[in-house]
Amino acid sequence: MNFDDTPQEAEFRATARAWIAANAPKQYEEELRKSSLGRTQLKNANILEVAKAWQKKKADAGWACLHWPKEYGGRGSSPIERVIWQQEEGPFGQLSRMFIIGHGMCGPTMMAFAREEHKRAYLPPLASGEKVWCQLFSEPAGGSDVAGLRTRAEKDGDEWVINGQKIWTSGAHYSDYGILLTRTDPTVPKHKGLTMFFLDMKSPGVEVRPIKQASGASDFNEVYFTNVRIPDHQRLGEVGDGWNVSLTTLMNERSAIGAAVSTGFPELFEYCSSLMLDDGPAIEDRAVRAKLASWAVKASGLRYTSMRAISALSKGERPGPENSIGKLVAGSMIQDVATYALDLQGAAGVISGPEDSELAGRFQAMLLRAPGTRVEGGTDEIMRNIIAERVLGLPGDIRVDKDVPFNKIPTKGRG
Amino acid sequence: MNFDFSDDQKQLRDQARKFLTEKCPPKAVRMVLDGKAPYDKELWKSLAEMGFLGVAIPEDFGGAGAGHLELCVIAEEMGRANAPVPFSSTVYLAAEALLIAGSDAQKKKWLPAIASGEAIGTLALFEGKGNPSPKNVKLTAANGVLNGVKKPVPDGAIADFAVVAARTGSSGRDGDISLFIVDLKDGGVEVKSLTNLDPTRGQAEITFRDCKAEPLGAAGEGWSILTQVLDRAAVLCAFEQVGGSDRALEMGRDYALDRIAFGRQIGSFQAVKHMLADMYVSATLARSNSYYGAWALSTNASELPEAAAAARISATQAFQHCAKNNIQVHGGMGFTWEFDCHMYYRRANAMALGLGSLSYWEDQLIDRMRKKNAA
Repeated sequence: MNFDDTPQEAEFRATARAWIAANAPKQYEEELRKSSLGRTQLKNANILEVAKAWQKKKADAGWACLHWPKEYGGRGSSPIERVIWQQEEGPFGQLSRMFIIGHGMCGPTMMAFAREEHKRAYLPPLASGEKVWCQLFSEPAGGSDVAGLRTRAEKDGDEWVINGQKIWTSGAHYSDYGILLTRTDPTVPKHKGLTMFFLDMKSPGVEVRPIKQASGASDFNEVYFTNVRIPDHQRLGEVGDGWNVSLTTLMNERSAIGAAVSTGFPELFEYCSSLMLDDGPAIEDRAVRAKLASWAVKASGLRYTSMRAISALSKGERPGPENSIGKLVAGSMIQDVATYALDLQGAAGVISGPEDSELAGRFQAMLLRAPGTRVEGGTDEIMRNIIAERVLGLPGDIRVDKDVPFNKIPTKGRG
Repeated sequence: MNFDFSDDQKQLRDQARKFLTEKCPPKAVRMVLDGKAPYDKELWKSLAEMGFLGVAIPEDFGGAGAGHLELCVIAEEMGRANAPVPFSSTVYLAAEALLIAGSDAQKKKWLPAIASGEAIGTLALFEGKGNPSPKNVKLTAANGVLNGVKKPVPDGAIADFAVVAARTGSSGRDGDISLFIVDLKDGGVEVKSLTNLDPTRGQAEITFRDCKAEPLGAAGEGWSILTQVLDRAAVLCAFEQVGGSDRALEMGRDYALDRIAFGRQIGSFQAVKHMLADMYVSATLARSNSYYGAWALSTNASELPEAAAAARISATQAFQHCAKNNIQVHGGMGFTWEFDCHMYYRRANAMALGLGSLSYWEDQLIDRMRKKNAA
């Protein structure tokens, strides 16, 4: 048991570290380090532009999408080298957030199912951040029940005509392309009538409308499709096989190892270390300490769970299912942490304006953004189902709509 | 990086599991639970023969000289099997105290006897309610004799010797405390068994009356040694707790697969599935924290105090969580004497207190994190 790099890993780390030291946008380092859930903006710069510039710089030097093949814009690195890069990139990794969907989900799906000429044309600019991609799965009628989606694709010659609506599409407002899951046959059971495509988000008939979130910010969008035409060669996988294609996408999302999940704990510990309560320093209060300790071991438990997965990668093994707990634990924890940080502020905790609040409203912003983390990318309940079924081997839910033609499934609970 | 046990260590774990599955089935645990024996003597002897009792004891002192990582994997299996033997008191507490502070003569006298299964040892620290603290040590040592009462002393009624924390000063500082070794067969002690939450592991009250004792480590160093012993024991106990958590989770999972109600496996109800998923989450966090503790223990890293406290808290929470919800999954049957669920529930709750309570360790963790940050 050790934390040492192998000689090759050490060499890779040294090379990466030197390149980052010479090239990273250091003027934003402190701000990026201090950013936390719900607050990742830069004060005097457009974070989107800074992120794109950093990604392009990385790509030009061969540091983008490390684990992708070179011909598609990557570096052909091993999974462990990718993790080492993430460790070395540190706070600058925050700038990769806007590319997570494209690099983590759309890219791998394209790699598995797109034609060779499309891969060579579309993947390098995706890797370099010059083109941003989004993922169009969720719908008003299909959130956790993704396969219940209703957006229609109908064949017309060599093209498909798309009509319908997607929702919760992260980054659609700045995306150039998207992968789109549609229903091509409503007369067969729901999982069997789906087909996947990729499309240009600037296609006629695509309309993006930002959703104003409960937090007041707008990270997600509704996307409307009105007679949007997609050529058949942009189909990913067979007609009717969209469900299996989407599983590839989702599995890639969940297998992203080493990507740090925010728990809010380092922020809270730092806050409590200097905070004065009515009776003295917060950090000396027994009730505060008990809370902190309970969260400390969750945060460290997640950190070391991730290290176990990295070790498996380092040995060339496939990481076990342990890593699936990260989002589930961190999502509700950061919400609880934010709630508690405000509790410690007493009545003043209600003030959220950056000028007049504690730490410029850091925990207030965290609290307002937190509900989303427990929903996006699979709700807590879906994550528990996944652990119960895939890890523990418990039976799947009884599905009353599984063998019913899609167009015979009830669409309303009452009336 | 290899944040995992080696293949040899995993092989040892498999070997220990196979051995304990055979030698320590629930039936064997029940012999002690039902009061038919104070501990499983046959199992104790076999553990010695397998070399498990002395796995971390150097070869010079009759052990296998393997190391603490090997002891961690065995500890996990002991916890999984709910073994009714004085393993933690003898191996994690008494032997570790000797390894840290014993003179050559003391090590020669006791460590080979531990490894061979001839001597059971324990740590006599607590004196009634309260957590580990110098101010809670009232038993006095003067002129080579001890006077006072210790309780609860784990496995005190079957122990051959005890490491005893005694007061040798009154300055109000840690230096007031010194450690002693007492051969409990030499007289001067009165031992009374105490009924406790987990009858598969004895607890006793030991009264010392002008009892002859030999110093262990330098005078006034007692508290510093004890802190190290408790940290090491915290990591090792965490592995027992991790093993117990995993077993309780498995029992719950298996029952959820077998039991039919409302015409379906109860494991197909989300209320049950999600409860089991949450148990898996706790057990996984505990395992990962414990691995870090194992690394710190085996390398004697400066991170050990913090790592030990984190492992202790996480594993205590996980074992309590898994043990109580295992009963919940079993429903009424889980609350019968006949089903094994309560044995893990008892062990989980007894272990949660053994080295000091959860709140004590929470307090310790924050202290240690602050120290690290200040450094």
